Amino acid sequence: MTDPGLEMTAQAGRPSVRGTAPDLFDKFQPLIDQRAALLAGGLTDPFNLVMERVESPTVAICNGRRTILLGTYNYMGMTFDPDVIAAGKQALDEFGSGTTGSRVLNGTYQGHRECEDALREFYAMDHAMVFSTGYQANLGIISTMAGKDDYVILDTDSHASIYDGCGLGNAQIVPFRHNDVEALEKRLKRLPADAGKLVVLEGVYSMLGDIAPLKEMVAVSKEAGAMVLVDEAHSMGFIGEHGRGVAEAQGVIDDVDFIIGTFSKSVGTVGGFCVSNHSKFEILRLVCRPYVFTASLPPSVVATAATSIRKLMSGGAKRTHLLENSKRLHGGLKELGFTLGTDEPQSAIIAVIMPDLERGAAMWEALLHEGLYVNLARPPATPQGMTLLRCSLCAEHSGAQVGEILGMFEAAGRKVGVI
Amino acid sequence: MTDRDERLQTILRLIEEFNKKGVEVTEATRFAQDLEWDSLTVMDFVAAVEDEYDIIITMNRAAEIETVGQLVDAVGELQGSASA
Ligand SMILES: Cc1ncc(COP(=O)(O)O)c(C=O)c1O
Repeated sequence: MTDPGLEMTAQAGRPSVRGTAPDLFDKFQPLIDQRAALLAGGLTDPFNLVMERVESPTVAICNGRRTILLGTYNYMGMTFDPDVIAAGKQALDEFGSGTTGSRVLNGTYQGHRECEDALREFYAMDHAMVFSTGYQANLGIISTMAGKDDYVILDTDSHASIYDGCGLGNAQIVPFRHNDVEALEKRLKRLPADAGKLVVLEGVYSMLGDIAPLKEMVAVSKEAGAMVLVDEAHSMGFIGEHGRGVAEAQGVIDDVDFIIGTFSKSVGTVGGFCVSNHSKFEILRLVCRPYVFTASLPPSVVATAATSIRKLMSGGAKRTHLLENSKRLHGGLKELGFTLGTDEPQSAIIAVIMPDLERGAAMWEALLHEGLYVNLARPPATPQGMTLLRCSLCAEHSGAQVGEILGMFEAAGRKVGVI
Repeated sequence: MTDRDERLQTILRLIEEFNKKGVEVTEATRFAQDLEWDSLTVMDFVAAVEDEYDIIITMNRAAEIETVGQLVDAVGELQGSASA
């Protein structure tokens, strides 16, 4: 076998010069074994898929087969937008392939400024800071804003980048039960009144696709004197009147101190950002290490991002279609007898709960054979040890494609015996 | 019963709810290795202890607690500092 995944047995590649010191890879052995067992059954590796060609936001060629994409975060289908692509090509021609430098040294070009201008307009906020990824935006803002004697209060289902932001900093970390307003309020009340506090929330939680009760949570946070950060990675462009996210939809965006977002989902490229109205925000450009000590985004990327963000401001028709698609898929899957992450569709993510990892992986593969790509998610990324098939819709999925997708789920579900 | 004994009894009761494997629990029992709790179970359990005693056990503090006995002592300290 040439698949490297199958050769990772305990003995393979073990050098002999270490003496009695352990192989530092030993701690991964349980995972290596679990993976080997899963693949030994002949299963396609769910974490090693290659898209040979990409035809559109909703279709790619995988293993030579035309495959409908239902596991990307290309919510608004901007990746092949002609204006976006033209802007990227022009920037590539005029500014070159990369900046080769940090935002605070030689890495801020005209395009980075224009991208931040587009964000300030999109969110109607005073300040915007573009990071190289959304992951780094969370790392940077959380680790920099919350110092040693401050508290970060976060939802237990928070994204890895939020936990890692806590890990990078040295604040005191206080988790509370997922989406539980009372648990948050109780903890805020137990903290010293005079301590600095940052409450970190997400608009849409990406594993189950459920939204947060931000109205209540922001209110109790403000009452406790805390600053509030909301990660709106999975809502930009299609939730809230102007597409500013769940905080806007629930009428509390003016009380949010920091909104974190990404260009890797609705915007359709790569990059991350933080927007804020705080008068001292700009100082973060000098003190936020994941902003300072890494190269800035290439000119073509910020040009595509700025163009895409401006187009998202007027994406009303796409937005309506995306929400219709989500409703139809949710209703259809429920009718087929699948167990879903939420009773009603709350976002563009629909999580299908699988009974266990084995059947989840089998179902994932059966769907791939039908010509459908979804995301397989499993612990520790998922809450409560769940195995999920995560579907995320795109505004460019046609009504006919949604029908096809439901047919594929029915066929695969019967084959694997989960419905 | 001393305060500490009482705390131990309470914590043993709280552990039972999460002790899916039915492991026998003593003061020396370790949460990760012996009870085989993953990080999410640990967080749920810590929340139950916090609510029982109306205290905060930060993740930083929880990371230093390995055994049941250490938790009993930590809760004692945290209660002391809360009422001080
Ligand atoms: C909630 C949340 N925050 C942040 C990120 C990180 O975004 P990026 O892909 O830009 O690093 C993601 C995406 O994985 C996410 O789901």
